[in-house]
Amino acid sequence: MNLTINGISHEVAGSELAPLLDVLREELGIMGAKAGCHQGGCGSCTVLVDGEPRRSCLLPAGYADGTQITTVEGLGAPENLMPIQQAFVHYYAAQCGFCTSGMLLAAQAYLDRGGTDDPEAIQHALAGHVCRCTGYSKIIDAVAAAARGDSFDLTTTAVGKHTTMANGGAE
Amino acid sequence: MAVASVASDAATEVLMPGSEDEAIATFGVGAEVVVVGGGTIVVPDMTYRRLRPAKALMLGSAGLSGIGTDGSRVTIGATTPVQALVDLKAPLGPCASNVADLEIRSQGTVGGNLCAGDGTEAPRGDLQGAFLALGATARSAANGDVTEEPLEDFLGKRHERLLLSVSFDEPAAGAFVGLDRPHTHDYTALAVSGARAQDGTLRLAATGAGSWGARLPSAEAAAGDPAVAGEAALNDVTPHDDALASAWYRTKVLPVLVRRVLTALEEST
Repeated sequence: MNLTINGISHEVAGSELAPLLDVLREELGIMGAKAGCHQGGCGSCTVLVDGEPRRSCLLPAGYADGTQITTVEGLGAPENLMPIQQAFVHYYAAQCGFCTSGMLLAAQAYLDRGGTDDPEAIQHALAGHVCRCTGYSKIIDAVAAAARGDSFDLTTTAVGKHTTMANGGAE
Repeated sequence: MAVASVASDAATEVLMPGSEDEAIATFGVGAEVVVVGGGTIVVPDMTYRRLRPAKALMLGSAGLSGIGTDGSRVTIGATTPVQALVDLKAPLGPCASNVADLEIRSQGTVGGNLCAGDGTEAPRGDLQGAFLALGATARSAANGDVTEEPLEDFLGKRHERLLLSVSFDEPAAGAFVGLDRPHTHDYTALAVSGARAQDGTLRLAATGAGSWGARLPSAEAAAGDPAVAGEAALNDVTPHDDALASAWYRTKVLPVLVRRVLTALEEST
């Protein structure tokens, strides 16, 4: 099988039925996709396959043959974060971080298909992603801000200006 | 290096047919073959070793995906992703939108959804009710023999035959009402689909009120009075307890959903 991951082509042997997640982590050592529940329930293993979000724990590697796969390593590097990553930093949308790579990729796919800052639409887009820190309000705020094209000064800790689901939109 | 998944065990022979004919030939009589549509059910079952098949038939390249129309007849290939259905008219479109979440819908297939084994914690087969309400037929193969029959008949043999496609006539009106819990784990807790065929035939079916989708003939017979029909639906199913809802809750909610579907059908005709 040939998997192009973050722009780099990999020849992979092994069963076409092996979950893509296992190929990424165990065979290729690409650790961005997290193995949470390993049965499609948590969203932390989400990657983009030809730009669309997929659960890598459910996707047989054979079905990814010949596709372009993006893991969180394929988003912006620390010195050059993409807007969705900047928004997550600005809004403290990552707490323990375990769900973050899946959240970021699903959110990026949402933005790529023209998603707006409508909280309900964002909730539906991220419906399969569980944050056990329960940081949902800030995650939704971050995605909404990125959808609006807000810019961020990450040298300051920003609180107060943004609205959250939790306070009903009050300042 | 150790790989966590049993899917890498040499014990499972992976078969990847490149056409429908090849898929039918490879399926054979279906002995010891586990059919893989998108993989959303089979892969985790193998990861957790609930399933250790001798052979796995991966249908992704078999050319069984797509939605075709011929006049008012709609035919949906077995490996069409559930997500491809979401813009279709009720009951099918809204029923498909109600399945799990975007990632699962995009990978899970219509065939896998219709043919999945009974779930361990909840009934599977979210789409069964909508297709039953549409009076759909199933085209399937076993031992080289291809037949088309009512979906209701096929569901009882879904583990012995290879589903190729599902067809139905566009209804004059359709409606879908389900409990809305937009998260991965929501195999449909309870939903009701209704459709009025072009010839006036009314069909109602429930998903989540038994081990697989069921027609609601008592409710159909009483459809003139939605409230009476709702109560009558309880004669057609035996609600159960599972991880998603209690039998008590399903018994209370089913009549409401039936009433809403009938009201929506009345309003759209």
